[in-house]
Amino acid sequence: MNPISFLTQTLRIAIPYLFAASGGVIAERSGIISLELEGLMLTGAFSATLGSHYSGSPWIGVLCGIAGGLVFGLIHAIATIRYRADQVVVGIAINLLAIGVTRFFLKLAFASSSNSPRVNGFGGNLSAHGFDNPLLWLGLLVAPVLAFFLYRTPFGLRVRAVGEHPDAAASVGISVNRVRYTAVAVSGMLAALGGVFLALDQHQFTDQMTAGRGFIAVAAVIFGRWDPLRAALACLFFAAAETLQIQLQGNQVIPSQFIEMIPYALTIIALAGVVGRAVPPAALGKTAE
Amino acid sequence: MTHPPPLTPDRAAYAIRMEGIDKTFGSIRANRGASLEVRAGEIHALVGENGAGKSTLMKILGGLQPPDAGKMQVNGRDVTGWNTNDAIRAGIGVVHQHFMLVPTLTVAENIVLGMEPVKNGRFDYGKAVDDVTKLSTDTGLNVSPERKVAGLSVGEAQRVEILKALFRGAKILVLDEPTAVLSPPEVRELWTVLRGLRDAGGTIVLITHRLDEVIDISDTITVMRAGQTVGRLTTSETTPSEIAKAMVGREVALTSHDGAGILTTPEHGGANAPVASADDASAISVTELVVLGSRKTRVVDCVTFSIRPGEILGIAGVEGNGQTELVEAIAGLRKIESGNIRINGKDVTFDNVGERRDAGLSHIPEDRHRRGLILDYSVSDNLVLGQQHDFARNGLLDTDRINANATNQIKAFDIRPPMPELPAHGLSGGNQQKVVIAREMGRDFTVLLASQPTRGVDVGAIEFIHSRLREARAAGKAILLVSAELNEVLALADRIAVMYRGKFATVVPASEASEESLGEYMTGTRTESAA
Amino acid sequence: MNVRAREQLEEALYPPLVALLVALIAGDLLIMSYGQSPAMVYKLLLEGTWGNAYGFGQVLYKATTLVFTGLAVSLGIRAGLFNVGAESQLAAGGFVAALVGLGLSPSVPGILAVPLCMIGAATGGGLVGALPGWLKVRFGAHEVIVTIMLNFIVLALLNWIVAAHLHVPETLHTPEIRAGVMPRLESVISGFHGSAANFTILIALLAAAATWLFLFRSRRGFELRAVGHQPDAAEYGGVSVGGVWIRAMTISGAIAGLGGINYVLGYKHYYEEGFAGGSGFLGIAVALVGRNHPVGVVLAALFFATLSQGGLAIHAFVPKQMVEVLQGIVILAVAMSVPEVRAVLRKGRKPVTA
Repeated sequence: MNPISFLTQTLRIAIPYLFAASGGVIAERSGIISLELEGLMLTGAFSATLGSHYSGSPWIGVLCGIAGGLVFGLIHAIATIRYRADQVVVGIAINLLAIGVTRFFLKLAFASSSNSPRVNGFGGNLSAHGFDNPLLWLGLLVAPVLAFFLYRTPFGLRVRAVGEHPDAAASVGISVNRVRYTAVAVSGMLAALGGVFLALDQHQFTDQMTAGRGFIAVAAVIFGRWDPLRAALACLFFAAAETLQIQLQGNQVIPSQFIEMIPYALTIIALAGVVGRAVPPAALGKTAE
Repeated sequence: MTHPPPLTPDRAAYAIRMEGIDKTFGSIRANRGASLEVRAGEIHALVGENGAGKSTLMKILGGLQPPDAGKMQVNGRDVTGWNTNDAIRAGIGVVHQHFMLVPTLTVAENIVLGMEPVKNGRFDYGKAVDDVTKLSTDTGLNVSPERKVAGLSVGEAQRVEILKALFRGAKILVLDEPTAVLSPPEVRELWTVLRGLRDAGGTIVLITHRLDEVIDISDTITVMRAGQTVGRLTTSETTPSEIAKAMVGREVALTSHDGAGILTTPEHGGANAPVASADDASAISVTELVVLGSRKTRVVDCVTFSIRPGEILGIAGVEGNGQTELVEAIAGLRKIESGNIRINGKDVTFDNVGERRDAGLSHIPEDRHRRGLILDYSVSDNLVLGQQHDFARNGLLDTDRINANATNQIKAFDIRPPMPELPAHGLSGGNQQKVVIAREMGRDFTVLLASQPTRGVDVGAIEFIHSRLREARAAGKAILLVSAELNEVLALADRIAVMYRGKFATVVPASEASEESLGEYMTGTRTESAA
Repeated sequence: MNVRAREQLEEALYPPLVALLVALIAGDLLIMSYGQSPAMVYKLLLEGTWGNAYGFGQVLYKATTLVFTGLAVSLGIRAGLFNVGAESQLAAGGFVAALVGLGLSPSVPGILAVPLCMIGAATGGGLVGALPGWLKVRFGAHEVIVTIMLNFIVLALLNWIVAAHLHVPETLHTPEIRAGVMPRLESVISGFHGSAANFTILIALLAAAATWLFLFRSRRGFELRAVGHQPDAAEYGGVSVGGVWIRAMTISGAIAGLGGINYVLGYKHYYEEGFAGGSGFLGIAVALVGRNHPVGVVLAALFFATLSQGGLAIHAFVPKQMVEVLQGIVILAVAMSVPEVRAVLRKGRKPVTA
């Protein structure tokens, strides 16, 4: 096994996770359950494909992808904050909605039920200049930037306060809802970037191309104990396990299905607290009033 | 109905003036014409029993609730109905009884939250720490700014709350029962700090139950009862017993000093009061019961008592002194650390809730909305809660018997409207409580735990409930009555125990008890071991 | 009808009605975006589902699985638990049913084999449901996350077993079961010819009736709902809250697992990777729209089955994916209107005083 190819493949697999998990971390740190990462990624992937297709520019694609994620993030925020809808149900609804919407408009825009035509994207290969996909570098940066934002800025402090003890935050005049709207909107854009990376890396959109990656990101958020950097490490770890599985495909030491289980099994173990309990933000999922 | 004493016309500057404040929550009138005036630069004690409306009045002052009627001024400016941010900006700082601190953040982060120092767009944590350190040194409120709040002791957390208010420039500091959670040395430390703040020109309003503290620290006093302001005193000119009388006595007792009818033999009744031993004749006996609270402190501390058939033991006391935990531990709803509980001679210490019920224990819980009723269940279903296995056959509910039971109980306990299918949340407070009482007293039982049985119900229902309790006593039932209403305990109980800080401060025959003497035990002015 | 029943019905019915209205409007927009006439497309949708025997048979077949998963989710919600694991419980149930069917001798009569397969299905789903219940009570692990994660684990595990040990070469499914086939409806009513509808639908209706009896007429159901409403009051009433949670998750999983027989015994006669196909997740929608009542669940299952079959009927004019969008919108609209409707209705009602 070639260590360089192992590393590059791990990174390529990890980037969508890194974006989506960062989105999950910020939403959940503000107290809003984020099960809709899968749907946000899918929306991002599709919007980016549309944008790139009609403009010819992958950068327009990136912007469209972010906009798509923002729209779905705002739907989530309005439903759960303004209408006090159950956060788990809304998350699941958004996942279903994203599958439906992307399929419907895939058909409408490209008259296909499986994939879009090839669009302009970013190269995904290791070249003499390193990776030529700028989103990859962005993906590596997103977790440290989020950590800085969460732990080193006034708004980050407020996000953490609102997710732990909204009454305390409100008692010093912080608008809990405004903080949450912002966090969930940012979450939508970040998670969408994970999908944008996938689509522009593969130069096309395919039906359900996120294939459960959003849930691996959810697992990474929990396994990373709602911390941006630890969640990022979890993403890299999960991606490495996947790479191992792909590269070992020839010799069946461990069946691939068992490698697939790793993120999910670890998450359950972390939740059950066998080794150091994963404790969620105290106000996570609690509807106001 | 009496009127509060008129506000004193005084040229001295008032930091706070509140007048004619009304506030109603649903069916509860928390404030009715309450008033408060506090001069700048004094420590003012706001005293009164639980439910007297003190906290509501302070919430209105802090902008958390608008008043329904009345006027308020701060530093001479009309501020009626302002919001939290207005209040903070005007220099009012409220230290809530339940701390408004984020446990996962550090002390400094909590203090600057909402007005964080910023440098180049970053949260300047170093400056926050420096600012907090400086404030802490200046005020003598010692805390280490970089510690996580979750790891602080209660006393430290409280200092953080005070610093938080001061950091926002508070000139008027409201503290809601600050000493309830403090140890005596911590209390002394707090007094030093508060005096220092006052001497530096600050104004302090202190909500408390403890009269020794009031005498210790305050300059002036406002007494509240049943939503009204019933007394305005100058500390140097009054005595604890005068304050206690105003707090717990009837309105006449305070306004006309004519309470002799109730105030019988006030002194020394408790010292030699007989404590029933755990003999075979007792319906329930509790021996050296210890229950631990959330911080591993003894919230019930070695309590021993027994009740004979046909006897009501009343437990008086300011809420939060372990009454809730005592009752829940006896009911099987709370873990017992050590001690022993017997019902009819049978040891039930390790039995679960259902087994204790089967042993003859009935329980009117203090919070009918949380425990006593399932609000979405119908009246008839609520009337069998806890006895569902008696109303089932082969695992299926016996609907006919449940309906027949409902018809009978609704009639016997005069539950209105007489509609068994109505969900419990559709009933008035008094009728909700009647459902609970019908269920618990309409069955075959030997011991009744009655916790705040008349809380939040109307006068008619109160009389009804009282007469039911008396009938049960006459029928040979043993009753443990816990009430924050001293009048109620005095009216019903045969013996009265006062609970203070997890212990029985005294146990006296009702004939020897008075509001005044009990009030002193309740507020910690007098202590004596009941052992 | 008494006051209470009418109020409850209002609170239960308004949100789905609101959602239906929103979905209709959204559907109009989607259809028009394709340049078609909404009236025509909706007519086509109804004709292709309730308008002919085959289409109706397909609706019944799809509704059957959804009744099971919808009941499973709603029973959990009645206990205050959110079982997001119906998908893997359904798969596990189908898998164990297939194992039993494969293990039995072909000579075992259906009257014996079918119940044995059913017991297997319920056991398989029940075990997958019990685990998160136990983890919640023992370790406080939140059942939503655990059931989501278990979906992936259980499905991967089943895939591995089938791929490594049980599959027919070149396929993703097991061999056909040797006993325990559930007869098709077409064997009695010839009009259903060609549709997958089978007698599992009777089992589904029985399950709905049994769930109703359990929830609203049994002591255990009384206790389960009490825990769902107010755990503190249930505890006061002598109910072991943890015990109810484990029991509820086990029963919920067992009902979802039982749904596996619709495909395995009634349709294909083998277990196939991915046969659950989202029916478990759709069970959440069914429970939500059916307001967690067995009657509502049956109606909601028919509604979602009609949508899904109806998608095929209109496909020539509007892509069938439209119905997936509508499903999402319906769930979202119900979730958003439930707290709203309750607040508005309860505000309007004053406490009754005598």
